[in-house]
Amino acid sequence: MFSLESLTTLVQDWLNKTFPPAIALLFEFVIVGVLAIALFAALGLVLVIMERKVAAWIQIRLGPNRVGPKGMFQSAADTVKLIMKEGLTPDGADKFLFNLAPFIVMMVAMLVLAPIGFAKGFHIWDINIGVLYVSAISSVSVIGILMAGWSSNNKYSLLGAMRSGAQMVSYELSVGLSVLSIIVLTGSLNINDIVLSQQNGWWLFKAHIPAVISFVVFIIAVTAETNRAPFDLSEAESELTAGFHTEYSGMKFALFFLAEYINIFIVCAIGATLFLGGWMPFHIGNWEAFNHIMDYIPSFLWFFGKTFFLIFLIMWFRWTFPRLRVDQLLNLEWKYLLPISMVNLIVMTLVAIQGWHF
Amino acid sequence: MFIVDYFKDVYGAMKSLLVGMNRTGYYFTHHKEIITEEYPDNRDTLKLPERFRGEVVMAHDENNEHACTGCSACELACPNGTIKIINKFDISPEGKKKKAIDTFVYHLELCTMCGLCVDACPTGAINMANTFEHSVFNRGLLTKRLNKPDSKLKAGVE
Repeated sequence: MFSLESLTTLVQDWLNKTFPPAIALLFEFVIVGVLAIALFAALGLVLVIMERKVAAWIQIRLGPNRVGPKGMFQSAADTVKLIMKEGLTPDGADKFLFNLAPFIVMMVAMLVLAPIGFAKGFHIWDINIGVLYVSAISSVSVIGILMAGWSSNNKYSLLGAMRSGAQMVSYELSVGLSVLSIIVLTGSLNINDIVLSQQNGWWLFKAHIPAVISFVVFIIAVTAETNRAPFDLSEAESELTAGFHTEYSGMKFALFFLAEYINIFIVCAIGATLFLGGWMPFHIGNWEAFNHIMDYIPSFLWFFGKTFFLIFLIMWFRWTFPRLRVDQLLNLEWKYLLPISMVNLIVMTLVAIQGWHF
Repeated sequence: MFIVDYFKDVYGAMKSLLVGMNRTGYYFTHHKEIITEEYPDNRDTLKLPERFRGEVVMAHDENNEHACTGCSACELACPNGTIKIINKFDISPEGKKKKAIDTFVYHLELCTMCGLCVDACPTGAINMANTFEHSVFNRGLLTKRLNKPDSKLKAGVE
């Protein structure tokens, strides 16, 4: 059976045989970097066209249909256009911070990619605090957004950045608590261990209603954290033109745009890992025959399938729900999501201690 | 009670969100009926609604006769001076002077397609046409004369 694990060990063995260990490690760094950038580019192209097609179908439209078959090369054409455009820096802006901000947002997105398990034995960095690392690093992106908004010297940008800051800081709590409720069950922060603990069924099904509640809270909070509609107050185009990236153009704008989609991919990957078993195929208890059939589908297909299902869910939200007001946004977090997820965490702890889950 | 209301709120919110998602999910899975037009491709078969307001036109019948009496009610009704009516005086066979229209000037470049002139017209001489491809290379082409040359008032219209 095809597996990415054998491929990586093959490459590593060959490198270690041919070069001294230090050089081999260096080569591995380069390979990983190139692969990460390739993944980013591919994801950017795929997710943008997917978003536009989903939006069109939900709104009974056709969507992009001019460039390539069924408009599939539209996002590539858009990228070429953005590369050729001038990257303007406004006169009144803080030039250094203004130009640094998109790269910070992008670097955060790249760093978060490290501990995610894409397939069986295929991840960049298998650390024992994977989930903690992800939640710690992903909150750094708010610095990039604040930097972009503030250095633009534009009221719209500043307002958008401030809103984004308030939003991210508050929704981080619910994300953390709903992630914790799964950590309570697995007893490990290592992403590989979390996936392996779902050998006999995904946590969403194994841990009854508390897991469903924390899944719903996680999806809502994560939509808010990635600044997606209905929580896109930070860029609310009808109020703030484009929020924190009003003043950006060309490739610097494209980096923000790409970072948004990469962030969606990453949070959906985390959600898929925690609740839907990551690269683990769909197993039911100890039905050996059924589980073996499921094992024939390669694990990276399972991972990307689940992740894209969650991404589709978030896109579905975007094109269905109207945008919240600022006070409604904070009410939702502090009066509803946070208390519910706190109580849910206690219930989940009880479930874990008593062993009521499967 | 507070706590009951709280859970009612949560339940109601989840329910209404699911109703909305059900609706859009239905549209997503039933991708057959499209409400938009593929415009430049279907130019020949394009069907616009009857009340679509494209430009003001004056209807002429086969005898090159129109119903405009030159009362200039449309000129007064127009909010931004799109219409300019130039009148002349016809001499009737009995030797009486009678007001008639000489030129109905219509500035398409100023028109906002509000349709107030059509509402104001007492004889129904002008109406809104469905045409909408108005782009030209010369701005002067947008100043139109609506009554055709040598046209005259329909008999019986006062």
